[in-house]
Amino acid sequence: MQRLRLSVLLVSFGLLLSACGVNTIPTLEEQAKAAWSQVQNQYQRRAELIPNLVETVRGYARQERDVLTQVTEARAKATQIQVNADQLTDPEAIRRFQEAQQQLSGALGRLIAVSEAYPDLKSNQNFLALQSQLEGTENRIAVARRDYIQAVQAYNTETRTFPGVLWAKFYGAKPMATFTTTEENQRPPQVKF
Amino acid sequence: MAPARVWAFVLAAIAAWTVAGILLAAPSFPALTGRVVDQANVLDAAHRARLETKLADLENKNGTQLVVVTLSSLQGYDIADFGYQLGRQWGIGQAGKNNGALLIVAPAERKVRIEVGYGLEGMLTDAVSRLIIDNAILPRFRAGDFPGGVERGVDDIVQALSGDADDFKKRAAERGARPSGVQGLSSFAIAFIVLAIWIFLFVRASQRRGLAARRRSGWLWGPAGGTWSSGGWNSGGWSSGSGSDGGFSGGGGSFGGGGSSGSW
Repeated sequence: MQRLRLSVLLVSFGLLLSACGVNTIPTLEEQAKAAWSQVQNQYQRRAELIPNLVETVRGYARQERDVLTQVTEARAKATQIQVNADQLTDPEAIRRFQEAQQQLSGALGRLIAVSEAYPDLKSNQNFLALQSQLEGTENRIAVARRDYIQAVQAYNTETRTFPGVLWAKFYGAKPMATFTTTEENQRPPQVKF
Repeated sequence: MAPARVWAFVLAAIAAWTVAGILLAAPSFPALTGRVVDQANVLDAAHRARLETKLADLENKNGTQLVVVTLSSLQGYDIADFGYQLGRQWGIGQAGKNNGALLIVAPAERKVRIEVGYGLEGMLTDAVSRLIIDNAILPRFRAGDFPGGVERGVDDIVQALSGDADDFKKRAAERGARPSGVQGLSSFAIAFIVLAIWIFLFVRASQRRGLAARRRSGWLWGPAGGTWSSGGWNSGGWSSGSGSDGGFSGGGGSFGGGGSSGSW
């Protein structure tokens, strides 16, 4: 009887706790982290497409050496900067990541722009496939970024509003950083022909 | 605090809430009335019926949900932006498998897109989607033949989603690239292995049939029973939606921006 009463008490205490949101902050935090890894995945996927793209373009437009080097260098720099899930509370880390990726976006945009001038390249099957993959990847990046922004928004809101703010104190939860989205960098580089 | 102040504060809060709501607003989506949603009214009844059959066949075959939608307006959104949100809203594809795809046509904006769910990105790749749009759809749309373009597009997508992208590769090869003999062979081999496994599972499942209540058979296609012999697809455990009898509903699949777009 004693044990029964104790377990009933424990269970109802547990229910009470979950009702007042003990799980909310960890859940939202995990969601935001998962959304972030998706962001990184998609950027990674883009980085993996690039060597192939550069090679293909080089085959037809050898004289565009500057642009090709720029892309390669920007890619190297961008792949060096990784932000793991624990660093998400550091706005500076996110900013560096974003900056490197943006530089790569810019270089890629120029690469696509110069390939415009080479009809043979433009009708190359491999190039067309790469181009559509790049386009799709840029699109996936945009989606992943937006999902991350939303996840962070949900998390940050929870940690700043009642009753989450109390739990945030308890967990020592810090606000997560997100992308600074200006109108310009929301737009993926134009890879349309 | 004077009451007036309190009211001002409350009103300001409500205003902020509303503004935030508008900023986060998603486009308004048409209702999912079937496998073919012809909001822009460019398909006639006969075509719609034929498409519905093809799309239902595809889902019966391997569970993939493909939906054709024509939009009267993109409401100022980019078609890719609109597309993935529409796919998520409708939940096309099964939850967990995310094996849904959309063929989206926006005649007013002269845009078309194949939106591919997470789970199908390996079969209906961006490059394959692009080939379908460029070769099957756009030439017909340019000639004003919407039903024809949609139908050929659906045929090709179905083909790609049935694991047979050889045709596109052949067509791609015609445009002057490498042959695809090896890939053709390997996809044949894969199809054969899949078939063998399927038969094996089927035999085993029929041996065990009736032993246990198969509560969780929903996600195993075909062999495990459950949805297998029940006439209407949606009557089984597949679609989670509140499917009105015989109607079609999404299974809760999600989208991440895969696919390709084109314009004419």
